[in-house]
Parts: sequence; structure tokens; C-alpha cells
Amino acid sequence: MTTALASHGRGRIFAAYRPLPGVADEMMDDKGVIRPHWRRLAAHLDAARPETLAADRARAERYLRDSGVFYRQYGLNQSIERPWPLSPVPVLIDAAEWEALAEGLMQRADLLEAVISDLYGENRLVASGRLPPALVAGNPEWLRPLVGQRPAGGRFLHFVAFELGRGPDGRWWVLADRTQAPSGAGYALENRVATRRAFAQIYQQENIPRLAGFFRQFRAALMAARSDPDSRVAILSPGPLNETYYEQAYIARYLGLTLVQGQDLVVNKGRLMVRTVEGQVPVDVLWRRLDAAYADPLELDPGSRLGTPGLVSAIRAGGLGMVNALGSGVLEARALMAFLPELAPDLVGGPLTIPNIATWWCGDARARADVLEVADRLLLSDAMDAAQPFGPRGARIRAGELSPAALKARLEREGASLAAQEAVTLSTTPALVGGQLVPRPVSMRVFLAWTGEGWTAMPGAFARIGASPDPEALAMQYGGSAADVWIVGGRPVDPVSLVPPATAPYRRAEPDPLPSRAADNLFWLGRYVERSEGMIRQLRAYNTRLLETEGASAPLMMAVESMLETQGLDPEKGIPDGLLEAIDSAIYSAGQVRDRFSLDAWSALLDLGKTARRMAARVKPGDDAVSALSALLRKLAGISGLVHENMYRAMGWRFLAIGRQHERALGMAEMLAALTSPDAPDGVLDLAIEIGDSVMTHRRRFTLATSRETVIDLLGLDPLNPRSLLNQIEGLCEQISNLPGALDRPPGAPPSLAEVALHLQADLSGATPASLDPGALRECHRRLLNLSDQLTETYFN
Amino acid sequence: MRYRVRLAIRYDFGRPTGGGRQLLRIAPLELEGVQRVHACQLEIAPTPSETGSFTDFFGNLVNEVVLPPGASTMRAEIWAEVERLAPARPAVAPLRLAGLAAALDEVTDLGGQSPHHFLPPSPRIPRVVAIGAFAANATRRTKDVAEAVEVLGLALHRALTFDATATHVDTSVAEAFELRRGVCQDFSHIMIAGLRSLGIPSAYVAGFLRTTPPPGRPRLTGADAMHAWVRAWTGPQEGWVEYDPTNACKVALDHVVVGYGRDYGDVAPVTGTLRLDGEQKSAHMVDIEELAPPPGMVPNLP
Repeated sequence: MTTALASHGRGRIFAAYRPLPGVADEMMDDKGVIRPHWRRLAAHLDAARPETLAADRARAERYLRDSGVFYRQYGLNQSIERPWPLSPVPVLIDAAEWEALAEGLMQRADLLEAVISDLYGENRLVASGRLPPALVAGNPEWLRPLVGQRPAGGRFLHFVAFELGRGPDGRWWVLADRTQAPSGAGYALENRVATRRAFAQIYQQENIPRLAGFFRQFRAALMAARSDPDSRVAILSPGPLNETYYEQAYIARYLGLTLVQGQDLVVNKGRLMVRTVEGQVPVDVLWRRLDAAYADPLELDPGSRLGTPGLVSAIRAGGLGMVNALGSGVLEARALMAFLPELAPDLVGGPLTIPNIATWWCGDARARADVLEVADRLLLSDAMDAAQPFGPRGARIRAGELSPAALKARLEREGASLAAQEAVTLSTTPALVGGQLVPRPVSMRVFLAWTGEGWTAMPGAFARIGASPDPEALAMQYGGSAADVWIVGGRPVDPVSLVPPATAPYRRAEPDPLPSRAADNLFWLGRYVERSEGMIRQLRAYNTRLLETEGASAPLMMAVESMLETQGLDPEKGIPDGLLEAIDSAIYSAGQVRDRFSLDAWSALLDLGKTARRMAARVKPGDDAVSALSALLRKLAGISGLVHENMYRAMGWRFLAIGRQHERALGMAEMLAALTSPDAPDGVLDLAIEIGDSVMTHRRRFTLATSRETVIDLLGLDPLNPRSLLNQIEGLCEQISNLPGALDRPPGAPPSLAEVALHLQADLSGATPASLDPGALRECHRRLLNLSDQLTETYFN
Repeated sequence: MRYRVRLAIRYDFGRPTGGGRQLLRIAPLELEGVQRVHACQLEIAPTPSETGSFTDFFGNLVNEVVLPPGASTMRAEIWAEVERLAPARPAVAPLRLAGLAAALDEVTDLGGQSPHHFLPPSPRIPRVVAIGAFAANATRRTKDVAEAVEVLGLALHRALTFDATATHVDTSVAEAFELRRGVCQDFSHIMIAGLRSLGIPSAYVAGFLRTTPPPGRPRLTGADAMHAWVRAWTGPQEGWVEYDPTNACKVALDHVVVGYGRDYGDVAPVTGTLRLDGEQKSAHMVDIEELAPPPGMVPNLP
């Protein structure tokens, strides 16, 4: 075979590249010639040594790993975060072809808007017989509480996506419409950054259009859709267990929008509000990544725990814009595709320029006859199914697998609930497998956003690459991967990013009020990290003494054991389960606030959890445990450093710091109460100093022997010792006095949070080593717990 | 027939709640030619911090209230004066079961009363094969739609036992049928599943039943709580007919309608966020007494 490359490349890579018979290939035409817009990349791939390609790939993967890009994979009983599976070779699309494609999709988006506007409005399509009533009435996404409700601003659709595939004839076909809450645009951004790292030079040479402009335009449209300039635009997430939560947090961070969950929101006098530590703040535009049925347990799915009671009521009141309108999932039903081509001339003034795959709704007698005729080429599925036409097969069957009689009977019996669609043969694109380029099926998801004046298409796409030549293996859950899409051959482009144009005067943006749930999670993150550290220190002190059985008295060991046990730590184990649970709780809390938590700190925290679990399986009490616990302590110090040295000193950091100081104060009060009673066994005071990480200071300050007084003075009352109880409480007072409204005390109300903290500080400052006996310490502990309750009551509820 | 209706609902929550939004569907409906509401008063305690009302998709009156934070009980009471009228039923040729699908295809309206909403499975009434088989068997000799409604209703009334302890509000329709026991909600859900399996659109009706029977007639079952029955679409001319499977009777003047829906979920008397808070108790009390017709008025003849 002669290829255009043979003359200027080694040809090793392409020697083996053969498109599949009867299948279009993105890179190579049916004569084996590289298509013009692929030539530069193909030449680079062909000329590259295997180690160069491996390095290209490694750069892309390093970026994804460092950024913590993941998706969630669901198994039988659990779900796990998986690293992002990127196929580093981008899919290239010719700019002229792209223009036509984007224009065709805008026409389709207009058609969908016209259809949904009718379905929730006058219902003329059904009344005039152009859409069967059963298709609407039986559609679970046609949400009756929203019928008759015009959306704020008048539009239903603001952000849509289309799943496209290229057929054997070379034409693009729409495989699925995504109107509910399309995902993938954020992952497309990540794919772009990673792929650019792999092929930086080609990317520069080819003038690939940037993606940032698309997001900037959409952000501007969202901000402009607010009716109150003081209100927020928020992204509504189903929460960290959702398979695309990473992307939701990423987009929120990238666009500077508030990421919320249903429980962060409340409807107050017809208005949607987000609960923040500064009180309720109105939300005028909600970009939802949550399926509509879950959005309001009162008027939609009553079983939903993800929604906000009253959300539909707020929509009825008229001030809340939803992206997209609740109920827009009605357009995703597969059977609707059977009717869209016929509706187009009337609703958008001409036939669809990008066709969708042939579809039949089997509730119609003529459609049933057609289906019987070409059964062997069709897939049969639920008419209302909105899933991809590939990927997990689920309830789809090949119509040809049934006997003609059985198929006929089924169509007659259940026709109205069935749709038949042509089985798709997708084009292939080169993927790197084991150092070789091989053709793999590809589909791409293209995104359109409404700017206020018209649609704009993201100049690029999210491509899925199959794991095998079988088009059903596209879904990532089945080992498929993702790829970037480059539009090649257009005019030179200006670099665009999210930075506003220089003409606007610089203004430092005020941080948004912190949502209460985020504050709650940050507070607990601080507490659990500190609790883990305290546990590690106590366990290490205990295990150290296990080694010196001679020196350590049995009463001493018993005192420590009982202290460990009250915290749920089993001293018989090197790394007890109680410690693993505290670390897991820290990871859980951090996972709830991924949009506010540094990626480095998150990776370090995950690493701590993994290491501790690995150690727990093999570490024995004693020497082994001491070195393992020391290693964990060093990792934990690294995390604290990443957080406290680098985190922006906004409200979020304050709650994290309060959590940490509060836990440290609690731990110290508890330990001192347990270990400084007058009848405490020998050696216990030295142990307390060790756990309190104050051995050196004690030695320096008190030349005399350790006594109850020296220990209480150093660990309880020394304001200069960063481990002391007083130091923590002073820190708490300062942080609390900076919280919004902490000093407010309406007439007749109980003391404010700041006053309560100040009283505690004053009482402790006046204490002496003699007066701070175990009883006083336990009282201090109790007052700290009350302080935490009041904090929760004031800011998190 | 004129009634004075009183309904009291009380919820006790295990602990004070952080405030909650409730939707109440408990007020009798104004239905032209069938039911007139002469007076209706709703009282909520504690005093809600917000109130509102709207008409839902199916035409039901919904009262929306937000309880103040810290409420540990909620009491809702309705006083109403309702008049039931005997609807004039035109004599029409009965529609054959075999012609029902074609008749449905002719209906292109999707308003709240359209039969199309009531044929597909709904959230609380999925397809249940066993009920489909029962319905097919019970109506195997029946040719007309309206007749099938009564035949199936009677067959179910015989097959099922009224038992207030066998099921609860969230018992599935399949489970209740398996037990062959339940209350009016279960009877109605089972009958709707059966009718839908025969291709007959059918709806769930929530309402009240007169507490004291007219002289010489037995007291009806289900009168001391909110009641439920079934509404079936029997063709473009006959339209909707209502049937009470718990009492094996066609619905006439003894029933007062509060709401229509695809199943209980669409007309639950109280839908609230407090329900999510776990432990709670509720009590319903219904009292419905017949009023003498005002002097000078000619009573409606049945």
C-alpha cells in the first residue's frame, strides 16, 4: 500500500493501520490515503519514535493525574473513582465540515426548543395529530406540575448536547439529543489541556480554536439572565457520589459559580435562596446537573433526597431561571426521533440538515409493518428510554433475534411502549494501543449554549473511543476512553481565556458567601484531620512504651489503654480501625467540598487513607507500629502544611481552622483530665508531655523534674505553647470574632457565640496549675462541646 | 344531597423540625353539575409562616403552607358544606372493549381530564402480571367497557378482604394483591391496575364517604377516614364513570370528591418535607353529616 506518508516517515506506525471494511475512517480514506486535515498530525505520529509517543502520552496522563480528574464507576455493591481514561490522539475534523455541522445542530436545537415550548404550552402538535398523545402522556419526563408554566425569560433550553456518529456513507448522524442536564463539557476542557500537553507543537501549528470563549459567552449569558444583580448563579449538583461530580466541581471552579446541592437551597416567600454563613442569599439562575424528577420532593419524585422542597413553587412564582427548564428531559425519549424530521419543515422552516438515525415508534401500525420488514437491522427498546444508543445494552434487543411471529406479537401487544432504531455503525479513528495505531469506533458529543441572542457551538467536542472494534464498547463503564476533538484548517485564532478584556477597570472580586453546608464540612474536615493526628500521637506514645516493658509500669499502660479505648481505639492493633474511620471521615468531608479544597491537599489526603489502610493490614503493635505511625504523622503534617500555608484566607479557611483548633482543645482537655489526676500512675505525666508534642519545651522551661504543675502549666495554660489549651482557645476566640454576625446579640437573647468563647478564654486565663484540676478540665471540655453546638446552630443549620 | 364535612388531620413529629413546607389536598372540589362547594374553611395550627394555593395539573385544589421552624405538631382542619348532584347521564350505545383503543386514538386533548394520562403505568401502579391475569379472567365474557368496569369491581370486591391492619400507605399494589387484603387505597390501586391492563384508562379518586347511612341502608366501609375509589374512562360519549370497589357500588350521592390523580401519590392529603424526618405519627378524623335541604329547595332526585 502506498500512503502519502511513505515518502517522509518511517511508516512503522501506519504500516499496520487498516480501516475496517465497510466502515468510514476519520483519518484515512477508502483508498488508504491520509485525509488532508490529518497530514500534519499523522506525519508527527509516523515519524515519532515509540519512546517519543510514550512520552507524549505520559505528559497528558500526568496532567490528568495531577489535576485529580476522575469519574465514578459503579459496580455491583460499590462505586469507585477511576482515573480519567484519555486516548491521547485527538480526533481531527475539517473546519469547513465543522461549520456545516454546527449550523445543522443549531437548527436542530431550534427545533427542540419549538417542540418543548409546545409540549408545555399549547400542545398543538398533539391536537393536530402530528405527535401521538400517548408519546407525551406516557413520557415520565413530561412533568405535569410544569405544564402551562412559561420559564423565566421565556426559553426552555440553554445548554444542550448532541451525540453524533458518522455512518458508512460519510455523513454525520444524530444518535441522541441531550437536553436534560448534559455532562461532558468540563471533561472536554480537561481533555483539551491534557491533549495539548501531548502534542503542543502540532496544536500551535494547526491554529486550533480555543474552548474558553464558549464558556465565557455562556457564563455571561447566565449572569445576564438574573433579574436581581445581587443574586447568584449556582450550579446544582447531585453530590459527590454522582459519576460526573468531578466535572461539576471543575466547571464551578472554572467559571467562578457557586456549587450547591439541594439541601443548600431553601425557598423563602417564592424565592430560591442559598443558605450561607452570612444568611440566605437569593439565587436567580440555577444551572442544574440534577435530573428534573429529583429536583423537588414535594411536587416531583417524592422519594428524592437530593432535591429542594418548594423549587417548583419558586418556578411558579416566576423569578427563577432553570438551565435547562425542569421537564426538558421529555425531548430525550428515543421514540420522539421518529417524529422530529417531519416536524422540522413547519417548525424551523426546512428539513433537518443533520439527520437523526432512522427511528420508528411502534405504536403506529405503519411503523410496525416497516419494522417487521427490516427487523434484522434494528434494535428494539423502550420508547421512552433516554440512554445512549450504544454502551450497556440494557433492555435493548436486536429485533432480528426474535422470530417473525414473536416479534409481530410483541409489537402488537406493546407497540406504544417500543421504539425501533437502526443499529449504528460508527466511523473509526486512530487510537494508540500498545504502541500501535489502530482504528477504533468513535462518537462525539457536541455542545451548544444559548447566548441570549442565538446558539453558539463549543468549537471542539467530547469524543468517545471504543475499547474494541465493537461500537457497543464505547461507554467508559465498559473500558472505552475519551478523546479531544480538534477543528483543523480554520482561520488563525486569538488565544481566548476566561480573563476579562483589559478595557474593564480592575476590580478585586469579593468572594461569594460560603454555603452553610460547605462551612459545616470544612469545620469537620479540620476536626477529623486534627483528631487523626491526636490519635496517632497517642498510639505512638503507647506503642513506644510497649517496647520498654521493663520501664513502663502496668498501671501506666492500663491508664493509656483506657484512654485509647474511650476513643474507640483498640490497643491490640498496630493501626486500629478507629483511626482508619477518623481518616475516612476527613476524606468524606473533603469530598463534599472538592470545589473549595486544593487538589494537592486532596491527593495527599487520599494517599494518607490508602497508606493507613495498607499498614493496618500488616503492622503489628510495638516497634513496627511506632515507625508506621511516625510515617503517617509526617504525611499528615504535609497535608496540614498544604492546607494552612496555601489556602486563601476567606471564610472557608476560617471554618477549617476553627475545626482544627476546637478539636485540638477538646483533645487536650480530655487528655489532661485523664492523665493528671493526683493518683495517676508513675510515668503518666511524661507521656502527656510526649503526646502534647512538648518534650523539648518542657525540658527547656522546667529544669526540675516533671510534676503535675509543670505539665498543666505547659499544656494547659502556657499561651506561647501552640499545643496548649489556652493557646487553642485564644485562637478560637479570634477566629470566631471574625465570623459574620458572631458578635450580634439581640436584646433578651442568650450570649452570642463570640461572648461565650470570650468567657471561656477569660476563665481559663485566670486559672492556675492548682485550680485546673481534672474537674475543671472536664468542665472546660463540656463548655467546648456547647460552643460547637452553638456554632452548628448559628452557621450550619 | 347536602353534607357538612369536617376533616381533621394531626401530625406529631418525634422532635421539633426545622420548619417545613407542606402541600395539602384535602378540600372538596367544585365540579360543575356534579358537586358544589357552598362553603369551605381551612385552619392550620401552628400558624404557617407562608400560605398559598394553586390548582394542580389534574384540577385539584392544593393548599401550600410553610410551618414555622420548631413546630413539633401540625393540625389541619377543613369545614365545608358540599352539595352532591345527580349527574344526568345521557343514554348512549355502550362502547365495545374492542373499539376502545381506536376511540382513544381520536382523543387528541392532553388536559388534566384526558384519558391518556390514566392508561400508562404510574409511579405507584406499575404493570402487575397477576392482576392483569385476574382482570382478563374476570371479564372474559364481557364485551362492553362500562360493563367491564362493574364486573371487575365486583370480582375484586369478592376476592379481596377489607383489613385495616394488613397494609400501610406505602404497600405496593402487587403486595396488596398477593395478600388479597387491604383498605380502600389498596382496593382502588388494584382495580386501576386491572382496568389499565384491559386498556381502560382509569384514575384514582380521593374523597369522603357519608358517615351515617340513609335509613334502612347499611353503613358503608371507609367512612371514618378519607376514602378512595376509581374513575374509569368508558368511551368518548359515556366519558368517565366512578366505581367504589371497597363497597362494590357505582358512585352517586354518598361520595364527596376531593381529588383526581393517576394514583394515591397525585392526591395524597399531605405531602410534606416533614415526612423525610423519620419518626412521626399521624391521625385522621372525618365526620360527614347530611344536612336538611334549605327550606323552599327541591331536593335532587337520584
